[in-house]
Amino acid sequence: MQEQWVEQTVYQRPESLSKNPTHYCPGCTHGLIHKLIGEVIDELAIRERTIAVAPVGCSVLLYNYFELDSAEAAHGRAPAMATGLKRVQPDKIVFTYQGDGDLASIGIAEIMWAAIRGENITTFFINNAIYGMTGGQMAPTSLPGQVTGSSPLGRDVEMTGMPIQMAEILAGLPGTTYAVRRSVHDIRTIKDAKKAIRTAFRVQMAGAGFSFIEFLSSCPTNWGLTPSRALDWIRQNMVPYYPLGDYKVADIVKELR
Amino acid sequence: MTRRSSLAKGRIVIDQEMCKGCELCTTTCPYDLIHLAEQYNAKGYRPATLVDPDGRCTGCTLCAMMCPDAVITVLRHVKSRAGSAPLAVAA
Repeated sequence: MQEQWVEQTVYQRPESLSKNPTHYCPGCTHGLIHKLIGEVIDELAIRERTIAVAPVGCSVLLYNYFELDSAEAAHGRAPAMATGLKRVQPDKIVFTYQGDGDLASIGIAEIMWAAIRGENITTFFINNAIYGMTGGQMAPTSLPGQVTGSSPLGRDVEMTGMPIQMAEILAGLPGTTYAVRRSVHDIRTIKDAKKAIRTAFRVQMAGAGFSFIEFLSSCPTNWGLTPSRALDWIRQNMVPYYPLGDYKVADIVKELR
Repeated sequence: MTRRSSLAKGRIVIDQEMCKGCELCTTTCPYDLIHLAEQYNAKGYRPATLVDPDGRCTGCTLCAMMCPDAVITVLRHVKSRAGSAPLAVAA
């Protein structure tokens, strides 16, 4: 029997991502999280029945980057739109992808009520502690003392309160089935994030209720850091205030694993 | 095609026109084989390039996992026995 060496492709761009180049800044982890979601959709073979709901924010053009059916929601209203899509077409997999301005600020009512109702949808929440698209203003998630365009002396928590911790808040609601926080600042956390995305989709496929993942994401441009140092900034500054972990994993999720 | 060590052998293909030169892949390569090119692409970025004259790339996929723009394809040399099921041979 003759042996020969052949080259095998072991990693490539997922089919669920389109060929379009993204408009994201170099090193922005939006693209990385898009890629992880695309990989999981490919692996679960649900591309033909998945609907993405795009937010307003940096990821507003998300429908150009996924080879999926998509809808564009009004600012902050992606969970409401996803609710309608899922109730009318319960066989579809519906997810929203929202930033911190969209989900934690203008859209806080919609995400709270989608979770309280236990809608059978999945929400990916991208927390980069700043308003990216509008040019780097203070967000509800900005850290105490963080310098932004609208807090040039640093976030004053005496005046504005402490940053909002969405994963913990949603985990406290009875309608939520799965609520976790992940990061993408190194290879280990990227692998954990991908596993969580798979679990979140499987929760929805099992009809088990609302699944939510908060990602700590970087914004090199508005943080004023290089992409590599921005990832260090997540690890050093964001992770202590936004601890990574599972905040709610209902018993039915453990059976899915 | 011959092997020089017990480590896997591989290579990466970077879509130079899609790369934005963020350098995150260069920080993950265990052998420091990825560097920014001297020339610019059409977008005005210096794209990442594999510089691997000694064939040290193992196809570990760490760079591709880290790439925010999903522009890295990883190929690895695998053993194929004649008569067994054919493997997909990358172009």
